[in-house]
Amino acid sequence: MKIWLFHHRDAALLAWRRLTAAPLSSLLSLLAIGVALALPAGGQMLLANALQLAGTTSAVPQISIFMAGNAERRAATEIGARLAKYGGVKQVQFLPREETLARMKTSPGLRDVVDALPTNPFPDAFVVTATDDYPDALERLAVEFRQWPKVEHVQLDSAWVRRLDALFRLGRTAVMLLGVLLGAGLIAISFGIIRAQVLTHRAEIEVSALLGATDGFIRRPFLYYGVLLGLGAGIVAWLLVGAAALWLRAPLSELVRLYELTLDLRALDGRDTALLLGFAAGLGWLGAMISLRQHLRQ
Amino acid sequence: MIRFDRVSKRYPPGVDALSDLSFEVAEREMVVVSGHSGAGKSTLLKLAAAVESSTGGAVLVGGQNLSGLSRSALPYLRRRIGMVFQDQKLLFDRSVFENVMLPLSIAGFPPREAAGRVRAALDKVGLASREKALPVMLSGGEQQRLAIARAVANRPRLLLADEPTAHLDGETAADVGRIFNEFHHVGVTVLIATYARELFPAARCLRLDHGKLLP
Repeated sequence: MKIWLFHHRDAALLAWRRLTAAPLSSLLSLLAIGVALALPAGGQMLLANALQLAGTTSAVPQISIFMAGNAERRAATEIGARLAKYGGVKQVQFLPREETLARMKTSPGLRDVVDALPTNPFPDAFVVTATDDYPDALERLAVEFRQWPKVEHVQLDSAWVRRLDALFRLGRTAVMLLGVLLGAGLIAISFGIIRAQVLTHRAEIEVSALLGATDGFIRRPFLYYGVLLGLGAGIVAWLLVGAAALWLRAPLSELVRLYELTLDLRALDGRDTALLLGFAAGLGWLGAMISLRQHLRQ
Repeated sequence: MIRFDRVSKRYPPGVDALSDLSFEVAEREMVVVSGHSGAGKSTLLKLAAAVESSTGGAVLVGGQNLSGLSRSALPYLRRRIGMVFQDQKLLFDRSVFENVMLPLSIAGFPPREAAGRVRAALDKVGLASREKALPVMLSGGEQQRLAIARAVANRPRLLLADEPTAHLDGETAADVGRIFNEFHHVGVTVLIATYARELFPAARCLRLDHGKLLP
């Protein structure tokens, strides 16, 4: 076991020596792979932040019930009582027409318009959160509520949630696709670099084999080289994404503030960072392995 | 220790390097294979070191038939054989010490023990003071001695050498010959392909001509 560890330590040190022997060439390789990796990693970061942003808004689908304009407060109270007892309703919020008017008056740009109105045009309303937020269940509730007395309009707020969810799914798929494509690119680059390494160290490989080295012994430093290459590229990608997050934080915060939302753009979290580094190191190893299979026998 | 039983080696497109060759090398024996250029000396050594395989007959080393050896078993056999190559096969980007360390690392010696063996081997060939030098900084004779040190660092029971004194001046060649004779004296089986038969007075001589043993 100790010998096995010595072998791995020596192979890793040798790989490190080879990587640092030509610093400029290694740096450019790391940069090329790092930039390629930064694209899906950056996409993942934006997606995570968009999800966080979505979380700050009401992501739970709700049903809005608007009373008829001529309905008296008593009718609204009855509907409220009925909703409170209704089995499929989890939470009910009553919005009196006076409160809606007052809130509108505080909105910049609307104040003058609202002040100009002769009467309060807003009806009493309820915002209902259902126990079951599946679209079909919500639709059934909406149909039911529409038939209640003095209810003028029922609006189902699930459509935008569906659209948002579809957008996120599309985003995830795009990030995954980008990851797969650029991952294949990383494997190809690693393949080429290891091929060059094998050619450079051909004499050493030959001598080692003649002195009794197993295939594993010969492969090991090249595999570590691939892993170091991938890991280095992963670190470059992480730094690029971190720098981009830092750079975009202020303008993005300003943009979302215009929509009365808050967003603190965060770089990759611990889990995503570990995933990125593991993914990059694994792909470097895979590229090296394929290259060695192809070239060592030759 | 070594047995060639009707061994033939044919290279494409039908060149016979060795034909129907049979001989034995006993344990602790020193044997010199001589012959003109192209007689098949190097091919014979490559077959004994399992660097190449025969196209006919059987090569046995330490009782093991090399033609029946699996690819995965080959490295372990090679570790038991010390081989000095005609072109030395030194690694010029590694120090003298690291060159000799390589077979020990491959064989899995713990670093401390391996370092002791490296220094002992370098001491034996008179290169103890040059362990940090790169091979390119050594003279031809020193490079040859380095190749010998690497071959014996594992303390093999069988030492094979292909023209170890080629391209060396008389004094240096004698020096290298003395080293091989010393290994023979301590019980190592030695098989050397050489023109310089006179450097190994204690050795039995096999004479090769066009891939065949002369009587």
